[in-house]
Amino acid sequence: MNFSEVFKQSNQLCKVSPDGKYLATCVQYRLVVRDVSTLQILQLYTCLDQITHMEWSSDSQFIMCAMYKRGLVQVWSLEQPDWHCKIDEGSIGLLASRWSPDGRHILNTTEFHLRITVWSLCTKAVSYIKYPKACYKGIDFSRDGCYMALAERRDCKDYICVFVCDDWHLLRHFETETQDLAGLEWSPNGCILAVWDSCLEYKVLLYSLDGRLLSTFSAYEWSLGVKAVAWSPSSQFLAIGSYDEKVRILNHITWKKIAMFEHPATINNNKVVVYKEVEKRVPAVGHEDLSLHNITMGSSLLSTQSKYEIHPPPVQMPVVRPDPDRANPKIGVSTLAFSSDSRYLATKNDNMSSAVWVWDMQKMSLVAVLEQMSAVRCFQWDPRRSRLALCTGNAKVYLWTPAGCVSVQVPDEAGGFQVQSLTWHCDGDFLILLGKDQLRLCYMDTGPEEK
Amino acid sequence: MTPISLLLILLCIDSRHISPDLRVKDVQSISVECGRPRMTGPLEPSLLQKKSSCSLSDFCTENNVQECVSHINQEVSSLGLPPVWATSGQDSDMNVVSVLNCMYELVQLHRRGLQTLENMEVEQLKSSNNVDSLQLTCTRLKEQLEVSKRENIGLHERERQLQLKMKSLQNCLKNEKEEIHKLQNMVSSRASQYNHEMKRKEREFNKLKERLNQLLADKKEKKIAIDVSNKLGRVDGKRSLWKTEKTEAKHEGDMYKTLLGDYESRQRDLLLENAELRKVLKHMKKDMALILASRKSSAKGDRHDDGAIEVDSEEEESFESSKDTVELFSGHTREKLTSSVRRQWRRLKSHVDRLDSRGSWASSTGENENSAAISRDSSKEMDKLKQEVQQCKDYIQTQQHLLQQQLSSQCDEETSVMLGDCYMSQGKDRLREEWKRLQEERKIFERERRNFTEAAIRLSQERKTFEEDRAVWLKHQFLNFNPFGHSKKATRSKSQCSFQISETSPVESATSSPSAGRAASLSSSTCDLLHTLSRFCDNSSTKPKRRTEDAGDASSSSAEPKRWISSDDLMFPQEESGSL
Repeated sequence: MNFSEVFKQSNQLCKVSPDGKYLATCVQYRLVVRDVSTLQILQLYTCLDQITHMEWSSDSQFIMCAMYKRGLVQVWSLEQPDWHCKIDEGSIGLLASRWSPDGRHILNTTEFHLRITVWSLCTKAVSYIKYPKACYKGIDFSRDGCYMALAERRDCKDYICVFVCDDWHLLRHFETETQDLAGLEWSPNGCILAVWDSCLEYKVLLYSLDGRLLSTFSAYEWSLGVKAVAWSPSSQFLAIGSYDEKVRILNHITWKKIAMFEHPATINNNKVVVYKEVEKRVPAVGHEDLSLHNITMGSSLLSTQSKYEIHPPPVQMPVVRPDPDRANPKIGVSTLAFSSDSRYLATKNDNMSSAVWVWDMQKMSLVAVLEQMSAVRCFQWDPRRSRLALCTGNAKVYLWTPAGCVSVQVPDEAGGFQVQSLTWHCDGDFLILLGKDQLRLCYMDTGPEEK
Repeated sequence: MTPISLLLILLCIDSRHISPDLRVKDVQSISVECGRPRMTGPLEPSLLQKKSSCSLSDFCTENNVQECVSHINQEVSSLGLPPVWATSGQDSDMNVVSVLNCMYELVQLHRRGLQTLENMEVEQLKSSNNVDSLQLTCTRLKEQLEVSKRENIGLHERERQLQLKMKSLQNCLKNEKEEIHKLQNMVSSRASQYNHEMKRKEREFNKLKERLNQLLADKKEKKIAIDVSNKLGRVDGKRSLWKTEKTEAKHEGDMYKTLLGDYESRQRDLLLENAELRKVLKHMKKDMALILASRKSSAKGDRHDDGAIEVDSEEEESFESSKDTVELFSGHTREKLTSSVRRQWRRLKSHVDRLDSRGSWASSTGENENSAAISRDSSKEMDKLKQEVQQCKDYIQTQQHLLQQQLSSQCDEETSVMLGDCYMSQGKDRLREEWKRLQEERKIFERERRNFTEAAIRLSQERKTFEEDRAVWLKHQFLNFNPFGHSKKATRSKSQCSFQISETSPVESATSSPSAGRAASLSSSTCDLLHTLSRFCDNSSTKPKRRTEDAGDASSSSAEPKRWISSDDLMFPQEESGSL
């Protein structure tokens, strides 16, 4: 495993272009575009203020930089560096900005969710979408970029608009059976829209593309409900994580529950492999322990080495009881992620924040539990393989594969590089590790000649 | 021995013997007073008095021998012994024999008395011990009784307390339930209130939003703007369309198309899965039928319900035959199938149960005897079974293979859609192959044509040189000789020359295309060549039909070579060759 040198970044703004060729990073008010293979700077753009949001267009030709405080959006072209575009939302303010899937329109959400402004870069035309709902995830584009679903709130009722992204034609407009819609998400095949209610009520609704209600799912009443929803890439399963520390899996034919994954504090199942991260201070330099399950690498002076140990069941997980009087209690499954082949599901339960649970979707059972030393910040699946990368806010990266678990020390010459979040390159060749104001690429072993 | 001493002895023995009952009462007194005889009768006080002071002589003295004798006599007779002596006789003649007998009797009596006394004592000891132990157990039992009584009371008390507690808890529960109910009511009322408030707030909020929008619109803010250096083209390169009903309809159509596509793919998946499951079911059914049939044949003579089985099997067979034709597709057959499978399954289960019970019975009875033989048998059986399993596996594999082949080649009967697709693709494949073949043929033709044109070029060059030669020769002849004598020669040489060419050309023309042949025929000198060519083409009847047709063309063109020859077409082949 190799590491690049350290680059600067700010606001954790660092993204690889959708075609995987370029790497854009923001440093204060500057936007730097590098070639992924050589890491040479290709372009350097200067924005009017500190960039708060950055996004590539779908064709990897343009980069949008939003400065929310100033209500400004600037767009840069990679092919024509002197081309420029500036959108000013004026005093109405800017809350969020995103590309449309065709990469020729920009959707700006104004402050107080007054409206969504659609700016066309082709015609300079502006159109407004009124009454967007202020919620966790009120807008979603289908994966093929054809349709946009938008949550709307008017007359104290929730509605959903389905737009054709091609010409922003309103295809469908229907009321939903929700008290307070919290989010919506298209299935990866773009035919089903999953809609869920706010946490006060456990309710998940499934709508067809043409606005028909296909099914309603509610697991229980009264207590706090849905916390996270995720589709499997095959559109076959819908995983729903909730405040009762369980994940429920719905199937795509009957839309009924086919499995329920609990997150118990004690793991008794013999078939589950529990990896526990163990830290020890090693003053000596460089000895590499290359057993199957624990590989610690790049050990430097005075570093804390960590490795995984396999614990036989029963294993007691560290549990933090949340304060019941506080709002948004830290309990329940908040993060769900399917692997790219839909074979595995990774979950995180908020009151056991140092553990990541990996479930096998073929056997519908728990496969592995990764118990870290500190709280897990972020985890993401390799877009090509069944490989999970996670970070816990220290100078290490952790990888899980069905074969085993590895903890990798990020070389840290200057000190202070702590991995806050990570993203995979779209080919799974390398990981982008984001520190507080730095970033680093972590290259996976591509062949035996590197080892 | 004096009679007095004798009397005394007698008395002693007698008195000791007389009152055993009295003495039994007190064991201690016996042991204490063992040596002291207790007297009954009128003499006793005096005797006792005398005893302490002096010896036996006190009872019988010289003076009272008579009395003593009578007394003794009395005593003895009372004991049922013959009198010591006759009362009628004088005191002096005492019958010694009888006295001794009497004494002996008395001694015997005394002994027996002692014996019984001893026995009695032992028994008494035993019984007293018994009494002691009984008393002990009695006290213990009494204590136990006390304890259990106390415990009983305690338990009663506890029960009472528990009942009290239960009552209080029940009350509590009731209260709690009420509380819960109340709270639920409260929660729901609060929720409704909250919802109401929310709605009110939201309305206000919306009003504010509207107002803000209005204000913003009124203000006509100049700042809201887009500044693009030059407009971009759309990704697809098309121009945006006006929104018309047509586009709307198109959008709808697209949407339904995607939906339909999704449903179709899903249906296809389901069909595949169904086919797979059906296959499994078929196998299972067959296996079950096989197993049941074997069982039936083995248990033919059993006392079990033979008749029922017979009926079932008949039904089954009828069904089996129908299944092949109907392919279990209609609802009726499906029902039939499920019921038959269920029936078979039930029978199989009972069969297995019976086997189990029999097996356990056999193991329980035949464990001790010939276990070795059984194990040998079973191992043999196992081997056989394993072999069979292997065979079956092979069979299944080949069957699966065949099924898959069938599926891939012509699809299942039920998937008529896929069948259609398959045919289409087959047709496509065939067309593609034909197309490839045609392409190859075309290539060959091309090559031939090229060869032919090359030959033609060469020919024309030769002809050119020949023409030049002829011109030179003609000039020469014109200048020098009489033209009439040599003209024949020239034609001959020309024909010779052409013949030479025709000799060389067939090698190439055999493979050359007819179009090239036509080009070649244009040359004036190739009249003969054309003849040979056409002949060659006519001869080559083994060649493909099309080629012979073309060859026919060539021959037809060769039917009028004179026009071509007559026209001055020197340039034509050159042009042709240039274009080629």
